[in-house]
Amino acid sequence: MTVSELYDTLPYGPAPEDSKLAQAWLDDRGRKFGVYIDGAWHGVDDQFEVFSPGTGNAIATVAQAEDGLVDRAVRAARRAQPSWGALPGVERGRYLYAIARHVQKHSRLFAVLESLNNGKPIRETRDLDIPLVSRHFYYHAGVCDMLPDHEPVGVCGQIIPWNFPLLMLAWKIAPAIALGNTVVLKPAEFTPLTALLFAEICAEVGLPPGVVNIITGDGRTGQAIVEHSDIDKIAFTGSTEVGRIIRRATAGTGKKLSLELGGKSPFIIFDDADLDGAVEGLVDAIWFNQGQVCCAGSRLLVQESVADVVLNKVRRRMQTLRVGDPLDKAVDIGAIVAPVQRDRIHELVTVGVNEGAELFQAGTCPAEGWFYPPTLLTNVSPASTVAQEEIFGPVLVAMPFRTPAEAVDLANNTVYGLAASVWSENLNLAFDIASRVKAGTVWINCTNQFDASSGFGGFRESGFGREGGIEGLYEYVKPRHQDQRRPELASDPVVNSDAIDRTHKLYIGGKQVRPDSGHSLVIHGHEIARGNRKDIRNAVEAARSAQPGWQRSTAYLRSQVLYYLAENLQHADLFGASREEIAAATDAVFRIAGQVDKFEGRVHAVPSRGMAYTQNEPIGVVGAVLPDNSPLLSLVTLIAAGIGMGNAVVLIASETNPLPSVALYRVLEASDIPAGVVNIVTGLREELVPTLADHDGIDAIFAFGGEELRQDVELRSAANLKQTWVSSDIDASVDELLRRCTQVKNVWVPYGE
Amino acid sequence: MNPAELRTPNLGRNSGIPLDLDWVESVRVNRSAVERRTATLLGRRTVKKQWQAAWLLRAIACMDLTTLAGDDTATNVRRLCAKARFPVRKDLLEALGMPGHHVGAVCVYHEWVSTAVEALAGSGIPVAAVSAGFPHGQSPMRLRLAEIEESVAAGAQEIDIVITRAKVLGGDWAGLYDEVKAFREACGEAHLKAILATGELATLRNVQKASLVAMMAGADFIKTSTGKETVNATLDFGLVMARAIRDFNDRTGYRVGFKPAGGIRAAKQSLDWLILMKEELGDPWMKPDLFRLGASSLLTDIERQLEHFVTGRYSANHRHPMP
Repeated sequence: MTVSELYDTLPYGPAPEDSKLAQAWLDDRGRKFGVYIDGAWHGVDDQFEVFSPGTGNAIATVAQAEDGLVDRAVRAARRAQPSWGALPGVERGRYLYAIARHVQKHSRLFAVLESLNNGKPIRETRDLDIPLVSRHFYYHAGVCDMLPDHEPVGVCGQIIPWNFPLLMLAWKIAPAIALGNTVVLKPAEFTPLTALLFAEICAEVGLPPGVVNIITGDGRTGQAIVEHSDIDKIAFTGSTEVGRIIRRATAGTGKKLSLELGGKSPFIIFDDADLDGAVEGLVDAIWFNQGQVCCAGSRLLVQESVADVVLNKVRRRMQTLRVGDPLDKAVDIGAIVAPVQRDRIHELVTVGVNEGAELFQAGTCPAEGWFYPPTLLTNVSPASTVAQEEIFGPVLVAMPFRTPAEAVDLANNTVYGLAASVWSENLNLAFDIASRVKAGTVWINCTNQFDASSGFGGFRESGFGREGGIEGLYEYVKPRHQDQRRPELASDPVVNSDAIDRTHKLYIGGKQVRPDSGHSLVIHGHEIARGNRKDIRNAVEAARSAQPGWQRSTAYLRSQVLYYLAENLQHADLFGASREEIAAATDAVFRIAGQVDKFEGRVHAVPSRGMAYTQNEPIGVVGAVLPDNSPLLSLVTLIAAGIGMGNAVVLIASETNPLPSVALYRVLEASDIPAGVVNIVTGLREELVPTLADHDGIDAIFAFGGEELRQDVELRSAANLKQTWVSSDIDASVDELLRRCTQVKNVWVPYGE
Repeated sequence: MNPAELRTPNLGRNSGIPLDLDWVESVRVNRSAVERRTATLLGRRTVKKQWQAAWLLRAIACMDLTTLAGDDTATNVRRLCAKARFPVRKDLLEALGMPGHHVGAVCVYHEWVSTAVEALAGSGIPVAAVSAGFPHGQSPMRLRLAEIEESVAAGAQEIDIVITRAKVLGGDWAGLYDEVKAFREACGEAHLKAILATGELATLRNVQKASLVAMMAGADFIKTSTGKETVNATLDFGLVMARAIRDFNDRTGYRVGFKPAGGIRAAKQSLDWLILMKEELGDPWMKPDLFRLGASSLLTDIERQLEHFVTGRYSANHRHPMP
């Protein structure tokens, strides 16, 4: 068209990014790739095609790595780890720095290749993905020496998704190698290309062979990594469904595990928000990366007084979104990664409409390639499928709310807990909501903000572990000298019989209650209540109702309660416990009491005008299966750490030596611990553990005992993805104990009038 | 909902509405969110090649070619008017297929209104006069009104008034409303552009509130700056004002125009402003009846870009007739 023809309507016109260099890069490699193991490329005959979603055309083939290659990669990583881990931190840091520099030097090639292979707009890869990748390596170049009391985990198997291919690689590899681990990484089968370019960068900077190994393949390759016996840690980002499979596969193996899974994150707009700002935030929340973002603000909760205004603004804004060629610089929404994904989006939207949702779509999709238009579903309620299921596409569902309390209830009415966005010009309200929403990241008056200094990860079934920030470093280390077992304290199980008969009950909801079964067990000459599944149920019920109030109490108050517990403990006459153990238990409680008001968050130095602060929040209701050794010390240690950080606890007492536990009831009663915050059930492990470990009302489960117990508990934890801590014994510093009993929430608050 | 319902209503010239203080007080502006939008907007949109040439020609059509200097004389005002009639070299306009293209208006002090009217006779290009104690807005109200009336009598079809910043900073919205309403009445048929002097209003919230009050009082355009403040037309101010225009249009049906002015010197900036209009207000706000760019040296840079489009070579200033 001529200038004068265009003059009347002033359309945008095409603004294509030049993809010549990326095409040449592919051509130079024959559009066929092997795997990168031990610093060298290995050809693989078994290949599969990868596509460009913007056109639907195949652009290269990559290797389907089978078990033998996985093993080869793991062995290379194992060989490389000792010397890599032994390097002074500053030397490892130099490699990370060089990687960051090289990513920047090739930033446009990375950006174009990523857009080409994933279908996301070039604007996003150029302005967000790739800059965040180099930022991640820069940040971690400086962390190598930061945890002197810890050592590398060893060999890490890392499996990443297709939505942010290179960025997720950076989130995995940077902290791992910075802290002395070596890695075997598998990119997603749809989007392996930038990982392969990254492998070339590793070679370019002279990274020692075996430190980073990159192998491609489908789910089978991933499975081989997860199941490999010589891997010490698995880090996975992807669907909750696959996360559960990995949890089960690694149960009882001793592999450290971090999972970053799905979400259905609320985007909450209050009536006193900058509504235009909030609507623009929604564009970044749900129409960023075609909505294929685990933390996408996919559930719009809007205060009813402004709901119509906001929804009209949203509909109008949707009409100026441009869907099209991902390599066009003026496109907002690119292509969906694969037809199967687009079909799933379509399917879920259809379900939503069939259930009564009102559909609004805008934008025109190109005829070729795999596109889906920006979509809004209204007339939706929590009972709607589309309000609960992660759609992972450019689909927003909207629901009104009446009050701030109802906004919180709706926000938390989900199995997920990855992120939330809160919009209000009243910071009293915004901070309060931020503290009450169950999510690993809360963005106040902003959304989808990321930085290497701020840890990212979920609550609930969005997974566990953090990536980024100081908090993320702990995923890639273990305390030094972990093998030094705590000396076992002598206990005194033989107790003189009482003159007057005594009844030992269960401790549930602040009261001593008789077991539901009406049965007792005779242990060391004492009749001990034989709890059953209903007693566990009642204990969890009591803990759930007590926990929110207890969480809201101040750390000062909780530490005072613990000090009082220590006071009452010191002279207690607890049968079954030796004086020595009572003294040790008293010390443990006293020490933890002194730390719970100091285990604080921090303020991250994020690169924006504003701050990102962290809060160490309780996990919720923590269940624990106590060890048989040092039963009193173990019990009070877990009580103190658990409730000190604001959790409620449900504890299964030692089966072989429950006497100190039951004796403790009176001390607990005397120590101002609110009813339901501590619950203790005695009985047979085989009758109690399955119910506790299966219970969806339990947010974390700790189990101390033999291999069978540890595996059973981790297997069962998969159903609702409880956080787990399984070990033969409680052997942890106060710092680690408190970390085990908390999860980090990052709250972002930009400011400026 | 049918997308057509989301189109902007049009009730003709803004005749103003009674002052609605509840509306003014309900204004919320989050600065960080505004900055994020403007910072990412230009990464989201760009125009290239013939599309860019068409957009640049539109920027010329929307330009209030301005001289507001202490040393203005009839000589440079006449030269400016000649440039307004022939803003781009003839050979270039012919190559672009847009002969006879001219600017939106010429903007001068009262003293040169009649000179400009004479120089532009027959061109259809209106003369705009800055007025009401420009740029400070602190002369006696009686004189400010008289100044407007005299400029209109001298042939100005557009009057760019300045508001009293003290009324905004003091929260005297009724006072601001009365002032702008009086100016509007003094304008009669001439169109009123209300210069908010955003760089002196302290906060974006004040900018949005002042925008609303000026529109309620009957402003035909709201304009960012006099060009004399330390901070002139920024996209942040523009975004906030555009959103106010949109809300006003939604609630009243009146379309109020927008004019950024001050510090707009590069062709790229004129595209940025047009992009902001297209995205936030829609295509009607990309035409001279609802959009003006206050500028002086901008034109030469646009000419150079157009020559580059036509010849493929980068151009130089001296190849284009100076204003």
